[in-house]
Amino acid sequence: MELTVWTYEGPPHVGAMRVATSMQDVHYVLHAPQGDTYADLLFTMIERRKARPPVTYTTFQARDLSGDTAEIFKKACRDAAERFKPQTMLVGASCTAELIQDDPGGLAKTLDLAMPVIPLELPSYSKKENWGAAETFYRIVRGFCQGYQQGETANDRKRVNILGSTSLGFRNRDDIREVVRLVEMLGLEVNVIAPLGASPADIARIPEAGFNIVLYPEIAETAARWLKKTFGQEMTRTIPIGVGATRDFIMEVAELAGVDPAPALDDDAERLSWYSRSIDSNYLTGKRVFIFGDATHAVAAARIASEELGFRVCGLGTYSREHAREVRAAASKLGLEALISDNHLDVEDAIIAAAPELVLGTQMERHVAKRLRVPLRSDLKPRSCPGFSRPLFPANGGRKAPMSFSTAGFTR
Amino acid sequence: MADMNDELDKVVERLLARRPDIKMLVLVGSCPSEVIKLDLSRAASRLDRLHQPRHRVMAYSGSGIETTFTQGEDNFLAELVTRMPAEKPGAAPSLIVVGAMADVVEDQMTRIFHGMGIENVAFLPSRSSESLPAIGPNTAFLMAQPWVNATALAMRSVVQGGLQHLIRWVRRPTAWLKAAAEEFRVDASRFDAITAPGRERARLAVERYREALGGKRIFLFPDSQLEPALARFLHRELGCEIIEAGTPYMHREHVAEELAQLPASATLSEGQDVDLQIDRVHESNPDLIVCGMGLGNPFEAEDAPPSGRSNSFSHPSMAMSRQATWRNCSPVPWRVAAF
Repeated sequence: MELTVWTYEGPPHVGAMRVATSMQDVHYVLHAPQGDTYADLLFTMIERRKARPPVTYTTFQARDLSGDTAEIFKKACRDAAERFKPQTMLVGASCTAELIQDDPGGLAKTLDLAMPVIPLELPSYSKKENWGAAETFYRIVRGFCQGYQQGETANDRKRVNILGSTSLGFRNRDDIREVVRLVEMLGLEVNVIAPLGASPADIARIPEAGFNIVLYPEIAETAARWLKKTFGQEMTRTIPIGVGATRDFIMEVAELAGVDPAPALDDDAERLSWYSRSIDSNYLTGKRVFIFGDATHAVAAARIASEELGFRVCGLGTYSREHAREVRAAASKLGLEALISDNHLDVEDAIIAAAPELVLGTQMERHVAKRLRVPLRSDLKPRSCPGFSRPLFPANGGRKAPMSFSTAGFTR
Repeated sequence: MADMNDELDKVVERLLARRPDIKMLVLVGSCPSEVIKLDLSRAASRLDRLHQPRHRVMAYSGSGIETTFTQGEDNFLAELVTRMPAEKPGAAPSLIVVGAMADVVEDQMTRIFHGMGIENVAFLPSRSSESLPAIGPNTAFLMAQPWVNATALAMRSVVQGGLQHLIRWVRRPTAWLKAAAEEFRVDASRFDAITAPGRERARLAVERYREALGGKRIFLFPDSQLEPALARFLHRELGCEIIEAGTPYMHREHVAEELAQLPASATLSEGQDVDLQIDRVHESNPDLIVCGMGLGNPFEAEDAPPSGRSNSFSHPSMAMSRQATWRNCSPVPWRVAAF
């Protein structure tokens, strides 16, 4: 166990909650004390969702610890099944309940509930939020797809799934709109978007598509690998953030689908190239920028900064240990050694050492940059809620890319 | 466990190296640290010896297994009581107002107490960790919030021979000030002179709301422990009908006066089973729901207001944030503070 003043990611059961809350007709029974019951606030207050998250807590107390906490869990499960009647029930333990070892999965099995139960084993003291979300999504996909019988529509190359978007994600809803637009420009049909908005019945249709677009590898890669192994569905590797990456993504998707990429490549919605050529962008040229955040967005930001805006990237890192390899590769291309750490003080030290003129980071780097009086654009996860109430502002695709940087100098 | 303590020491050392301006460092126990039985008080005394006099280190439990939100605050204040200096022998009578409040509220209270002739007024927590007020047989205590129960107990045990001057929590500002006035034998006419303008201002301020809220049926979810007092205020002073007043928990003795003033028709519920409470809201169809923000947005998103709801509100519910409750939780005289 490591103590810290700030964490970039929550415990893995928060990841599971994000997946459960993203989906329809799923309910999550979490063995947790009263103190762990902040999910309602995360989703209704921070994300401002309209519905309460589909999470039931057992809320055991200290005096229950010497008694039968297992019975409390079983009652919560039965009550939730009866009240919410979900298509499937996820069961698991929070960090505190993990310590009392009640085995929620085993207990739920004995209850003979009317719906399938998916037990989640999420080790809170060795894994974190994104891992928990990926594991949960994988368990759900596996649970509902493994019995899939290939029908006539199976592996239609022109049908595609978009995987990885979640609630409390970062502009995930906007990204989905943008990616669907690109995919449809290529004449493809979107089969399932998941987890965001999908029901277990939708998940069961995932194998009907020809291949999977993995928008957020942190969430969807585990499931996509299993789908590839089991059903031969290919998966995309390019994340469409920035002009270059979006063009690469279009070509990758077109190739997997066997279609002509031109309709999407010729789309004139992209505005970044002109901005980069315009004299307005000169004041950014050659400036030193330090980038830290989730792996997907950090790698994307590094590519945009170095290739599309002429910044000099002087530091690149991530707290996502699961995707450190991609960040290391991106850093070495820029002649840097990647910083892989989830300790914000190490990140602060690295920022001081790199002496950047601009920081692109998370909510914590916002504080660091403020302390150091360096301009900052906080566009990487995690960050505070004000960004979520903005109008359409997808990170994916090229349409809004310039905004990330043109306002950077003014954000302090 | 030895590793845990090493880890703790390391974090504390790094933190204090970065922030040498920290004078008091507080270790707060969480749910997991309670389950693994990490002894934070011992760790705090060890670290205190190590880092004093530059930094003081103390600990309290904020574990969500044992305690709810406000109990953590109460535990913290109770721990501070053990660090309060002893009153000098023969010290003049003094008043300590117990409970965390905004500076501006403290200033306002101080002015009123001075006006009544109570000169020695201090607050717990004090504004600086180094200026904790002295405690002793000549000190009277006034609870500014209903949840400082452990703190009240700690004060009783600190003062030898028992604490004679504990004034229980009363939400009504006038009654609250009156309690202090009686303790310090403030002349009735002087008390009236000091409090009358405020009472008049409050009467005018409340009148505006009486028109909108009078006769309305109100449901309060448990959030802050101020609910019984809010319900009493809404009922007595604004003419509301209280359907249910939920509170996370309560110290019946300390809030006895509030409970006595609630209408008999109001349901008082302690603890929470939120699903069942939501069912009761749907059954009782209130005009106004007072709740934390976790429930506010889902209620706002519910379909068209059922019949019987007031036209005075554009929304079927009016969410009151925990923050709003929090900021205004002190018995600020004569404001419709909670709204």
